[in-house]
Amino acid sequence: MSSFTILAILVAAAIIAYFIGRFRSIQSCGGQQRELHSRPAYHGYYLAILTALPAIIVLALWSAAERPVTQYVAMQELPAQVLEGTDAQRALTMSVVDTIAEGLPKLSPEESETLRKARLGFVTTTDARDVLARHGVVLGSDPDRAILAAADELAAARETSRLALPLVCFALAAIGFVWGFSRIRPELRARNIVERVIRGGLFTASTVAVLTTVGIVLSVLFETIHFFQFVAPFDFLFGTVWDPRFATVGQAEGQFGLLPLLWGTLFISFVALLVAVPVGLFAAIYMSEYAGSRVRAIAKPVLEILAGIPTIVYGFFALSVFGPLLRDLGFNIGLEISASSVLTAGIVMGVMIIPFVSSLSDDIINAVPQSLREGSYGLGATQSETIKRVILPAALPGIVGAVLLAASRAIGETMIVVLAAGIAANLTLNPLEPVTTITVKIVSQLTGDLEFNSPQTLVAFALGLTLFIITLALNVYALYIVRKYREQYE
Amino acid sequence: MTDQTASLASFTGEEAQKKLRKRHRAERRFRMYGIAAIVFAVAFLLFLFGSIFSQGWSAFLQTSIQLPVTFSQEVINPSGNPNDEEELFRANYVKLAREALYSELGVDPKDRKTRRAVNELLSRGVDVQLRDMVLRDPSIIGTTQDVWLLASDNADALLKGSIDRETPSDRRQVSDQQIAWIDQLVANGDMKKRFNTGLFVNGASSNPETAGLGVALIGSFFMMLTVVLLAVPLGVCAALYLEEFAPKGKIADMIEVNINNLAAVPSIVFGLLGLAVFINFFGLPRSASLVGGLVLTLMTLPTIIITTRAAIRAVPPSIREAALGVGASKTQVIGHHVLPLSLPGILTGTIIGLVQALGETAPLLMIGMVAFVVDYPSTPLDPATGLPVQIYMWASSAERGFVERTAGATMVLLAFLIVMNSLAVYLRNRFERKW
Repeated sequence: MSSFTILAILVAAAIIAYFIGRFRSIQSCGGQQRELHSRPAYHGYYLAILTALPAIIVLALWSAAERPVTQYVAMQELPAQVLEGTDAQRALTMSVVDTIAEGLPKLSPEESETLRKARLGFVTTTDARDVLARHGVVLGSDPDRAILAAADELAAARETSRLALPLVCFALAAIGFVWGFSRIRPELRARNIVERVIRGGLFTASTVAVLTTVGIVLSVLFETIHFFQFVAPFDFLFGTVWDPRFATVGQAEGQFGLLPLLWGTLFISFVALLVAVPVGLFAAIYMSEYAGSRVRAIAKPVLEILAGIPTIVYGFFALSVFGPLLRDLGFNIGLEISASSVLTAGIVMGVMIIPFVSSLSDDIINAVPQSLREGSYGLGATQSETIKRVILPAALPGIVGAVLLAASRAIGETMIVVLAAGIAANLTLNPLEPVTTITVKIVSQLTGDLEFNSPQTLVAFALGLTLFIITLALNVYALYIVRKYREQYE
Repeated sequence: MTDQTASLASFTGEEAQKKLRKRHRAERRFRMYGIAAIVFAVAFLLFLFGSIFSQGWSAFLQTSIQLPVTFSQEVINPSGNPNDEEELFRANYVKLAREALYSELGVDPKDRKTRRAVNELLSRGVDVQLRDMVLRDPSIIGTTQDVWLLASDNADALLKGSIDRETPSDRRQVSDQQIAWIDQLVANGDMKKRFNTGLFVNGASSNPETAGLGVALIGSFFMMLTVVLLAVPLGVCAALYLEEFAPKGKIADMIEVNINNLAAVPSIVFGLLGLAVFINFFGLPRSASLVGGLVLTLMTLPTIIITTRAAIRAVPPSIREAALGVGASKTQVIGHHVLPLSLPGILTGTIIGLVQALGETAPLLMIGMVAFVVDYPSTPLDPATGLPVQIYMWASSAERGFVERTAGATMVLLAFLIVMNSLAVYLRNRFERKW
């Protein structure tokens, strides 16, 4: 029985329990609803919660823990030298065990017997391999006897889990129902209990965001530590050559220098900011200081459309239109511009982040107190002089915050650079040549076949962690500045 | 007195006038910069849309050839048993289409060179087209039917003008003879551009003319469904807790800072999370739209929480106090008043979150949604792609026919986003209450 079926049955049981609870509460007071502490519906909810909630929690935890626990049980069958070997070897062995265990339930009784014999050493393991191959389980080599035993253990553990889970869930539901039913009486404070559960549920929901952050940090950090077992942190952080070679299990061939990627990322982001900061800032100034409400009502949403366009669309545009256009323009004036140059990706990305600069700057300029403007006008300054000498200096911290937020967007942006920036890691100062970025390399290391224990794959997590730390630092600092700035004028 | 006249003169004199004019010029210039910035952004937007539309509109048309195809018994079903699906499945349908085209053009099928040139006019997808017809209705075996068959990529490109007739024939992908045949077919009305339903229903294909968005649309639908079912309840509950219950203190502050930072984490990092947690740890299948949906749920959660909180905050406290005053509990106040009153705002926020999720590509690349999926996924656990991922895959292919299709797919994606955004704007204007 799949988890979904169990869940559906539990939900149905909860609905039935609701009506029983309601009915029971009315019955318990002999139809005198005034006698009840809580209204009948709350008794219904109370019984429904007791019936379904514990079982659903167990179901969720069980489903989450099933895979690690069964794998752990199976692993006990493996010989000590495998268990003590490197993570990579162990993972490799476990994946073979996993494949065999997947195939075991498909075998006929005679075939299972062959496998049992092979495990005990009566027939060769080649026979076992042939039997498995007939059911679509293709193995690279004859399986070890210990592996067969582990696979058997794994399959058995899974079978037990499959049978026990519905039993446990339904037993819990039954116990909850009976206990709750016996407690329904007019004095029961059902509403308070239900409200406490609702409040607990709301709190749990609000922790999901925190759990996500923890999950990001832990998962990425864990795989990064794994990566640093192959490659020294110093070589990664300060290496100037990026050349990871092909993925081979457990081999750290090639070089994993971060610097060329980091340089490419910063270079493209810098070009993007060169476009976005002046355009965004002037647009914000015009909209908040000069434009009438009609222009503002049109221009602001149009700028926001730029932020709403999916980045893949910008990427495709940069790849198919803007890159070739720049190349041809350069050709006409005698410059050799690569179609995937820093300029291509940088300019398109710059346009994408214009709204991030403009809308936040707009808010910030609007927050500058009117009295400062009027004071400046009173001294005879023109509007632009007021903006340049009074408003911008007053709004500067906030604008810096907005620019930092935009920079963090640019650094973490993926699809534009994946399609429009280069692939080769170059340490170049020439904006007409292609460079590559951290995000491009994360994508290229993780598409295709994955081997979770080769440095070529794991390096993506180390790059991800680098990206996460850089953007987080920028964000926290930017939000701190903006907050501080707001407080200043409140 | 003389002092004052002198200083007045310094305001009205030639020197001062000149300075004033200079200051006013600076003022106008400054103003022009602002206008220029807005014009630049708008022009870029128009250029972007314009270039995508001009490349993409032709993807909605596809060249087909109308041919009287004889479904001959010997070729399709020599055993004479129409229930033998295996045989019907394996039959040489391409031959049927080709023979129909030979007789239509009146060429000699004995000459190998001519034969090959004629064959190149038909798409490689015609066998699937004819096979599906026979499998759907085996009674057509032995009859002759007029069928619109897909033309090849090159014929399509010639009709759409992306192959230039003026190019010398040795550098052109279509020979003079083929052009003559195509012109003949077009003149007879047997070859023309028809609406391309294949773009919306077909799965992945290595031939541009038979590649479509079918699998991607279903995958995106499953992902959006997951997001709606998970992110909306979670987000609304979290927002309710933070606005209505959370005691002001360290924990609430921490959650708040956390949500703001989560909203700014690069999307690709969420993909890494999905890969490490959902696929590697929990063992969910790669390329499954469920995993995509889960990752997008985590990504859109901050957006939904932030917009929902704003909507809840907009409900005036007097309503809460009135309800509390007549004896409602806090939960009842929320359930009976706050939630219904903030529903339009929550709905708008949800749609904005969905728009963001629908266009997101990078995290889906991480969890293996870049896949060549031919068959429709029937559950969220089956391999699928998504609309933006399909655009990415087509954008990375080399064939000319895919450029047009990439732009066409982009237009489909943008159309969805525009519709959803308009819906959000409409809902906001229709139901928003000013207190």
